[in-house]
Amino acid sequence: MTTTTVPARAAASVSLRKQRTRPADLAFKLALQACLLIAFAFLVSLIVFAVYQGWPRLDSRLWTDMPTSRISRIDTAGVQSAIFGTIWVITATAAICLPTGIAAAVYLEEYADNTRWYNRLLELNIQNLAGVPSIVYGILGLGVIARGFGLGFTVITAAITLALLVLPIVIISTREAIRAVPNSIRQGSYALGATKWQTTRRQVLPAAIPGMATGSILALSRAIGEAAPLLLLGASTTILFNPDGLDSSYTTLPIQIFNLIKQPSEEFHQLAWAAIVLLLGIVLIMNSAAIFIRNKFQKRI
Amino acid sequence: MANAPINPTDVGTPPVEQPVNKVTIGDVSDRREPPAEIDAVIEVEDVSVYYGAYEAVRGVNLQIGYNEITALIGPSGCGKSTVLRCFNRMNDLVVGARVKGRITYHGNDLYRADIDPIEVRRRIGMVFQKPNPFPKSIYDNIAYGPRVNGLKTKNMDDLVEQALTRAALWDEVKDKLKESALALSGGQQQRLCIARTIAVQPEVILMDEPCSALDPIATARIEDLMHELARDFTIIIVTHNMQQAARVSDRTAFFTAEVDDKGERHGRLVEFDRTSQIFTNPNDKRTEDYITGRFG
Repeated sequence: MTTTTVPARAAASVSLRKQRTRPADLAFKLALQACLLIAFAFLVSLIVFAVYQGWPRLDSRLWTDMPTSRISRIDTAGVQSAIFGTIWVITATAAICLPTGIAAAVYLEEYADNTRWYNRLLELNIQNLAGVPSIVYGILGLGVIARGFGLGFTVITAAITLALLVLPIVIISTREAIRAVPNSIRQGSYALGATKWQTTRRQVLPAAIPGMATGSILALSRAIGEAAPLLLLGASTTILFNPDGLDSSYTTLPIQIFNLIKQPSEEFHQLAWAAIVLLLGIVLIMNSAAIFIRNKFQKRI
Repeated sequence: MANAPINPTDVGTPPVEQPVNKVTIGDVSDRREPPAEIDAVIEVEDVSVYYGAYEAVRGVNLQIGYNEITALIGPSGCGKSTVLRCFNRMNDLVVGARVKGRITYHGNDLYRADIDPIEVRRRIGMVFQKPNPFPKSIYDNIAYGPRVNGLKTKNMDDLVEQALTRAALWDEVKDKLKESALALSGGQQQRLCIARTIAVQPEVILMDEPCSALDPIATARIEDLMHELARDFTIIIVTHNMQQAARVSDRTAFFTAEVDDKGERHGRLVEFDRTSQIFTNPNDKRTEDYITGRFG
């Protein structure tokens, strides 16, 4: 086969060398990077500022000592009751909102008939609830749970209130995760003679775990940082003991931070900053756990 | 009819008729010709399938023979997959799907009110067009069917090995049973899906265009597999590929799509006969046109 040489005219018009970078592409890329840097800068400056301010008090006193409202005792003050209170409340919140939210999401996605009007109303309601201000949940908790059910200002009241607060987030993120499971998996399972429940339990839910885990932990991260609803539920009284049951009084880290900031002296503020660093640390660990779980389950797929 | 040379002196000779370009069946000498009388496992009597008010396919009359391979062929949109999905009640999963007429399996009406679709699907399995292995290990993929069917066995390992061997996949995966099924190639995944289906030991296997997403070599392997499987299972295959139907099946049903005066397409069964008949001497002109490639 003979090769013909390309005429010079044609060769000149076909230039494959890199052109000058198109300005629009470059500008867009730089704009995206700028946005990322700004967000990152805010976060980093917050953490750095907090650490800088709370540095003198970032030591074991934080978790070995109880809070105080007296300036004379500030050197031996910590936030132990708040730490344990937070752990108790978050554990109880998770125990309430996770099973309920996941079950509700499974029902809405797999079992409910979307064409029925009441199911669509339900869906609309849940999405609206996700946007309700948290103080409203506080009032709800005060009126209905603390006073109405007579549960008082206890760990369980806080847990129920916070669970209600974050339930829409759990439901919505679990629904998204379930929706992301390809339908071909369900069809393959049905074709083998599996029932709906078997398909849901053995195929859909395991495949949805990354999304569910991420959503759940984000929901709990939000719950752990809520101060407004708990202000109305008795967490701001000076609590100098750790909770010893679901029916005991409690306080949480965000509330203690608030109390410390309210005090006039600078030493209290330092302690507040230290507690803020602790709280940020806990939230960071929880989010890392979410990412870890998600990655671990995604590698399987 | 042979091409006769035209004698220039014979002015009145009529023009030579060109031979019809028939599809060659190929070398199927090892495949015996099915008996004229069908030993029916599934009988389809005057069935139409509706999606809501829309009639997707009408006038289906078929018998599926025991241990035979029956092919459903025809152009797109003529209801072949719809009919296939009726056999294992997968159309139940489509909102608004309705079946009129009778489909019987060993004499039992599949759509009777007291029939459990789960039980139907345990006896009539399905392989889909696009391979859909579960996001689990190869072992768990095969074991899933027996497990959900409540088969308690200490010999799950043997069952898995048997299924994979029958699907001609064992040698390729025996060292990596615990690895993800999604790491396999397309052809391997489809054979895995076939192994998964036969692990449940159904009587009938439905295959909805099982090779359309695969390359020719993988396709050929699966066609060989079908011949093997037909010894123990009854197979119904939907295929767009006429040559595949000719190579593989004992009987063929040809569907077509008709457009009514409103412009809607409705599928209907045109002809159902032994494959050798359909491809050499079809009764209906529409069948002949499709076979010879004049349309579709």
